[in-house]
Amino acid sequence: MKIGVLIKQVPATDKVRIDEKTGTMVRSEMEAELNPLDMYAVEEAVRIKERLKDVHITAITMGPPSASDAIKDAISIGCDDGYLLTDRRFAGADTWATAYTLSMAIKRIGGFDLVLCGERATDGETGQVGPSVGAQMGIPVLTYVSEIVELTDGYVRVKRSIEGGHEIVEVDLPALISVVKEINDPRIPNLSGKLKAKSAEVKSFDAVSIEADQSKIGLGGSPTRVVKVFYPKLTRSGEIVRSKDPQSAAEALLEFLKSKEII
Amino acid sequence: MPGVWTLAEFRENTINSVSYELLAWGRSLADTLGVELSSIVLGYEIKDVETLFDHGADTVYKIDDKRIEHFLPDVYSNILCSLVKQYDPQIIIASATTYGRTIMPILSTKLNTGLTADCTKLEIGEDGTLLQTRPAIGGNVMATIRTQTKPQMATVRPRSKKPISYDKSQGKIIIPKIEDELFKSAYRWIKFEKDESTDLPIQEADVVIAGGRGMKDEKNFEMLYELAKKLNGVVGASRTAVDMGWIPYSHQVGLSGKTVSPHLYMALGISGAIQHIAGMSSSDIVIAVNTDPDAPIFNVADFGIIGDATEIIPELLKALGDKDE
Repeated sequence: MKIGVLIKQVPATDKVRIDEKTGTMVRSEMEAELNPLDMYAVEEAVRIKERLKDVHITAITMGPPSASDAIKDAISIGCDDGYLLTDRRFAGADTWATAYTLSMAIKRIGGFDLVLCGERATDGETGQVGPSVGAQMGIPVLTYVSEIVELTDGYVRVKRSIEGGHEIVEVDLPALISVVKEINDPRIPNLSGKLKAKSAEVKSFDAVSIEADQSKIGLGGSPTRVVKVFYPKLTRSGEIVRSKDPQSAAEALLEFLKSKEII
Repeated sequence: MPGVWTLAEFRENTINSVSYELLAWGRSLADTLGVELSSIVLGYEIKDVETLFDHGADTVYKIDDKRIEHFLPDVYSNILCSLVKQYDPQIIIASATTYGRTIMPILSTKLNTGLTADCTKLEIGEDGTLLQTRPAIGGNVMATIRTQTKPQMATVRPRSKKPISYDKSQGKIIIPKIEDELFKSAYRWIKFEKDESTDLPIQEADVVIAGGRGMKDEKNFEMLYELAKKLNGVVGASRTAVDMGWIPYSHQVGLSGKTVSPHLYMALGISGAIQHIAGMSSSDIVIAVNTDPDAPIFNVADFGIIGDATEIIPELLKALGDKDE
């Protein structure tokens, strides 16, 4: 079984700079890490490999050359190899153009039986790229998956975590699955994993090698445009009081709740 | 003139309140543009479709069919695609729920058009296009986005607008003809396992009582459930509390959990890491209780108490109990 895992490198700090002109995030010059929610997709792929025979896991990301670190992180956890899609022409892509680019790369690699991804990235927070890649490829999409109940060479049965409960659904492969945090507990890479990652070669693709339609990639190929960026004031200047004793603190809370007509 | 569409949403055949919130957004857009507002209803034996007219819809496009009793992403997107081609809406909005966040990316990809996620504000720009404003990077940045293709599509954060009442005595229901071919699905729906708890999902609750590390242990979460019950709310949690196994992941608020915008958010024993604040800063009223006076949660609080939540809540419960009598 061939498994592809879609991952993304995200800023590790909360200090992010936005290019005032294009409104897109400036990804250079800051510390980066593998999107925490992608760890669950990588871990799940590795668990499948441990359970079934002949599983090959390929990690794929799009980003600047430094994003090859995300691929190495995925390899250190147990992915077999990885591809970095990097090209100045990919820059500034929205979710539509990103999904198109990833799907073209998947096609170039020869397709997968199963594509796994995280619920969303912690920077853009859209959660749109995964389902959109599935739609580009014309394969069934299973989102918010909290458990892979059954997986064979032919089909997959999953549990989806949705409002008010869980839904059990089944599709034939190939399929795309986006996983939620409930699904597993990602491992920490061990020494041999780290060594393997260190010597691993991250293969890279540019726009030409995936035969991408130039009018569908990067900022130019994106149907959406950021027209304005602003920084909201997150702070509030509420009254902060020190509790003398629990009873008077509770009374103060009660008064506040009454003043806001909550009780 | 091409109109504005909302995708109505259901839980167990009943219209969910997010459908009305979407109509409130849709109404303001449709009025600015001077066009019709329609709601799209897909499902089986759906009740109370007329209530959509009371909350802003001029028209309802209804497809009520046993074959779409459950959410099948391929069939739903195929049907929506064919409706879009037939009726040509200029704007389509859905709620940023698991349903909206699944169907909309698939639909926008099939329609070769842009999609903006989890908007907290929608308005019509001077040129008549849809301006979609959304938080990113944990709410530290707000971006306004315009779609250059049609239809313009967006998902909208639940609870970002209050439902309106609308007097539409003559709303019309249109039942489009859908080809049998479009009902073929690759999905085999097996079953739905309902949560034992009757609580609302935390994203939809009016009041969220959230606990963190400062609650000290799982047992102390019981007082949070009790407080939530008294205030008609639900219990939320910080990542630490979830990682400790005190409460399931579905209750986690923050960057790697859910984003909530309740009327009242109580952060009890939560220090307020940036990742947590990202998930609750759009709440109307925030109350924080924490022993550490320097806890960042106090920076986003309307009212804060420096003290031990596990000692204060029992007193608050007592006081609230007295009030009931």
